[in-house]
Amino acid sequence: MIKVGLAGLLGRKLRTALTAFAIVLGVAMVSGTLVLTGSIDNAFNFIFTSVRQGSDAVITGKAAVDVTQGQGSFAPTLHDSLLVKVRRLDGVALAEGSVNGTATLIDHKGKAIVFGGAPNLGFSISRGASPFNPLTLISGAWPGQGQIVIDRNTAKRKHFAVGDRIGVQAEGPVQRFRISGIVTFGAASALGGATLAGFDTTTAQRIFDRPNQLDEIAIARKPGFSEDALLSEVRGILPPTAQVRSGTAQAQEDQKQTDSFISFLRDFLLAFGGIALFVGSFVIANSLSITIAQRTRELATVRTLGASRRQVLGSIVVEALVMGVLASVTGLFLGFGLAKLLFKLFDAVGFTLPNSGIVFQTSAVIIALVAGIGVTVIASLRPALRATRVPPIAAVREGATLPPSRFARYRTLGSALLTVLGFAALLWGLFGPHLGTKQVLLFMGLGAVCIFFGVALLSVRVIQPLAGVLGWPARRFGGAAGVLARDNARRNPQRTASTAAALMIGLALVTLVAVLAAGITSSFRGAVEHIWQNADYAITAQNNFSPIPPAAANAVAKSPGVQAVANVRTGNAAAFGKSFFATAVNPAASTMFKLDWQSGSQQTLANLGADGAFVDKDYAKSHHLQLGSPVVLTFSNGDRTTFVIKGIFDPPTGGSPFGRVTISQATWDRHEATPQNLYSFVRMSGGETDQNRAALERVLAQFPNAKVATRQQFIDNQISALNSILNILYVLLALSVIVSVFGIVNTLVLTVFERTREIGMLRAIGMTRRQVRRMIRQESVITALIGGVLGIALGIVLGGLLVARVDFIVFSVPVGSLIVFAFATIVVGILAAIFPARRAARLNVLEALQYE
Amino acid sequence: MISNGYVVNANDVTRRYGEGEAAVDALRGVSLDVSSGELVAVMGPSGSGKSTLMHLMAALDKPTSGTITIAGQDVGSLSDADVTKLRRRHIGFVFQFFNLLPMLTAEENIVLPLSIAGEKPDRAFLEGLLDRVGLADRRHHRPSELSGGQQQRVAIARALVSQPTVVFADEPTGNLDSKTGAEILELLRSSAEELGQTMMMVTHDAQAATIADRVLFLADGRIVEELERSPAPEILAAMARVSA
Repeated sequence: MIKVGLAGLLGRKLRTALTAFAIVLGVAMVSGTLVLTGSIDNAFNFIFTSVRQGSDAVITGKAAVDVTQGQGSFAPTLHDSLLVKVRRLDGVALAEGSVNGTATLIDHKGKAIVFGGAPNLGFSISRGASPFNPLTLISGAWPGQGQIVIDRNTAKRKHFAVGDRIGVQAEGPVQRFRISGIVTFGAASALGGATLAGFDTTTAQRIFDRPNQLDEIAIARKPGFSEDALLSEVRGILPPTAQVRSGTAQAQEDQKQTDSFISFLRDFLLAFGGIALFVGSFVIANSLSITIAQRTRELATVRTLGASRRQVLGSIVVEALVMGVLASVTGLFLGFGLAKLLFKLFDAVGFTLPNSGIVFQTSAVIIALVAGIGVTVIASLRPALRATRVPPIAAVREGATLPPSRFARYRTLGSALLTVLGFAALLWGLFGPHLGTKQVLLFMGLGAVCIFFGVALLSVRVIQPLAGVLGWPARRFGGAAGVLARDNARRNPQRTASTAAALMIGLALVTLVAVLAAGITSSFRGAVEHIWQNADYAITAQNNFSPIPPAAANAVAKSPGVQAVANVRTGNAAAFGKSFFATAVNPAASTMFKLDWQSGSQQTLANLGADGAFVDKDYAKSHHLQLGSPVVLTFSNGDRTTFVIKGIFDPPTGGSPFGRVTISQATWDRHEATPQNLYSFVRMSGGETDQNRAALERVLAQFPNAKVATRQQFIDNQISALNSILNILYVLLALSVIVSVFGIVNTLVLTVFERTREIGMLRAIGMTRRQVRRMIRQESVITALIGGVLGIALGIVLGGLLVARVDFIVFSVPVGSLIVFAFATIVVGILAAIFPARRAARLNVLEALQYE
Repeated sequence: MISNGYVVNANDVTRRYGEGEAAVDALRGVSLDVSSGELVAVMGPSGSGKSTLMHLMAALDKPTSGTITIAGQDVGSLSDADVTKLRRRHIGFVFQFFNLLPMLTAEENIVLPLSIAGEKPDRAFLEGLLDRVGLADRRHHRPSELSGGQQQRVAIARALVSQPTVVFADEPTGNLDSKTGAEILELLRSSAEELGQTMMMVTHDAQAATIADRVLFLADGRIVEELERSPAPEILAAMARVSA
């Protein structure tokens, strides 16, 4: 009996291939994701272990608050004198101090060199031959006073050679350095798009504004001294703001942030692989159902020959199993290529990932195979059970159909219940009290799966009217072919519903994303338009969000025509035992920002003084703060100061540039060694004019990583960052849509096969090949549109629920995007029909007429 | 157009399937004229080439050699699109298995050839046709709600609706019981007479052949005998001679 199933698989190669493809893509996404993240993990691991290779112990500053988000605060520095003390310790063979920071290189055209949003790393190299130096010198020499070494990738791509001069911007304005040498760090792509700038220690201390300060001290122990002995010896002389770790522990510590980034990326991409597999399961279940219906007589015949129901079930499950294995293995290898494609995709949207060679881990192989085979077999169960209901008598009856299931009459009720249950789970996940992130995601995911199943099953009920409405243009303009297309789409509602359901899922998610994006965009725009008053320009980093050194804004403040500059300092602080994003403003802010004050007034912004702070409404509520309440703030360097609440504001829906707690710039700068601005806002005499803009740009020429934006540009810049994320999401969801396209192709091919004689008759009585093609194409478009309409409607509902949960987004329907999606759906229908329509049109009339 | 008095003509037609050793000659030189208003039956044992002859004359297939002329047009020289249009305009079909579209009503099935051609049915003619096939009160029923005989009546009406030059019927009673079959034959005969509809029917049922003005007998790809309108025993006798 198993042989019958396998022979059937071989006999229906085309269908098998088309069905399998739905799984191939899902598995490719899963394995591609695992290969990609495994490779990135490997690359980072290589980076961090190389950096710490020669170090037995590393001393770093100990931040009093969490500064790992890169929001503008840094760990406290170490004083030069500590290095002298360390060198005197018994166990220390060698110790070197280093400083590091962001050093933007400037190309020949005066533009900042940034590759794909990767960091611009600047650091000191005390001695080239030091065991702590992970770099390899390719040409030239290690840097001396006023010199720089840069990485080979940058040198090559931007045409720099030893002896050239290159501009560098760190904490101050651009300075020019002579290139003393070109270096590499591992393989060319190992650092992603990161640029390297190495200086001697005093130069680095100067440009990073760390006079007599160090960020790290690397130590090598004397032979005979254990690592533990060294660590405890070092601990004895450390100030409270410093800490020491072994080299390996420090490498792990360094990797912590990238680990959380990688696991986020992996889960994020796996989610899309999972969605593609989920959609694929619909395609498989549907294809198997159709073929089983078509094989009713064959199945009945084997039953008359004595096959048991169990054997029928087994043969179909084995058929699915074999298909699942073939598809999963193919998908696994395709995933390998997909990983490379993903590297390119992220690169293209300005997000270059480090890559020191593609890694194929055993776990990736196992996970991808189990997922692919599991989904295929599970999807085959329902059709396989249906097949067992074929009675032997069907073998001798013309046009025998499957008897309905015992549960058929509970179908509508059951699917309605499933949908309701899904919404209940989703709502509980969104609004349920005291849920952790994992639980929220679990309930939302579970709810979404139930909703998709429920709606897919329920949609059988709406196929008739929906096909009638959506088929109207086909009927109106397609003539008889159009009418037949519509009628064919309605002919087997179950089949049309299942086929459309696969597309529905993809469209629902695409719509959901668009609804969220529209909500974020319009809330953000509203917030900026509300808060931004009496300012003509904003100064931001080139990438619109990185903190920038205040030197740029300070230079702008001094230039002619500038009336006032309001800065928003950015960083981290802690209060009530929790680290958070904190900000600071200078008095000019009171004239340029408009905030809605629950307590306090615009004047609060100007009168914060040495101990004043303002907070947002929610923070005040959760910590029972009111005017005059004391708040003890801890800064990254460990300083603790008591502030008094002088204002409580109500931020607009789209948020504000301010952190949980905002203090005065002057106070902030006393606690932060290298303060950073998030944004600065500029008011000029004459307002927004070409001359004013040119004047600002002249000043900022010395600060190439800063740029000027009007209010409109500021909004557009921020939104464009959102758009790149949006584009990644669309590309990833497109995968699911492609899977559903294969579902439509498959259904159409099977349908054409089933209606061979009918098509023969139509051709005999005068239907042209063109009309046959049109008939199939329009059926395909109608099916796709059913999926599209249901998906878009469901996406709006799901998006609305999500928006209702998130405080800073308002609900907004992206009409333009939805129209594009509807057109895309039509295109999907047309593309899916190409192959089946051609097959149908090519049928030989005579053979088709004699086909049984 | 029908200057010679005939509407369909086969001139020394051969049809070979396959090539080389495995080649089968289904027709070995058949010439035949069907005159306007004539009802011709083609009989012969299995493998005699009777179906092949009908397929060729109905422009569903093209001859290996010789010519087929339908309403004055040489089928062999036409492109697929033109042949399709020729079938649309000049040919009607009645199939053994009815071949109705299950999702269309009886009336929609009947007017399908006109719909495909993008034409509107002549209401009066259609009403007459529905009365003729006795389905006026069942026009809104779907095939699954009709008996086998009723389904074949729908198929006959569908073949007649475009008033084609010639209607081809392939074993029209082959899938029906004898009583229903007799009714269908009666309907075909009366349609031929009253509408002046030219028809060609392929059958191996002698009873069916009794309604024909002329009965052709094929054996081994050739016309071997021909009878004028005859009763069943004579036709059976001829069949026996031919099959021997």
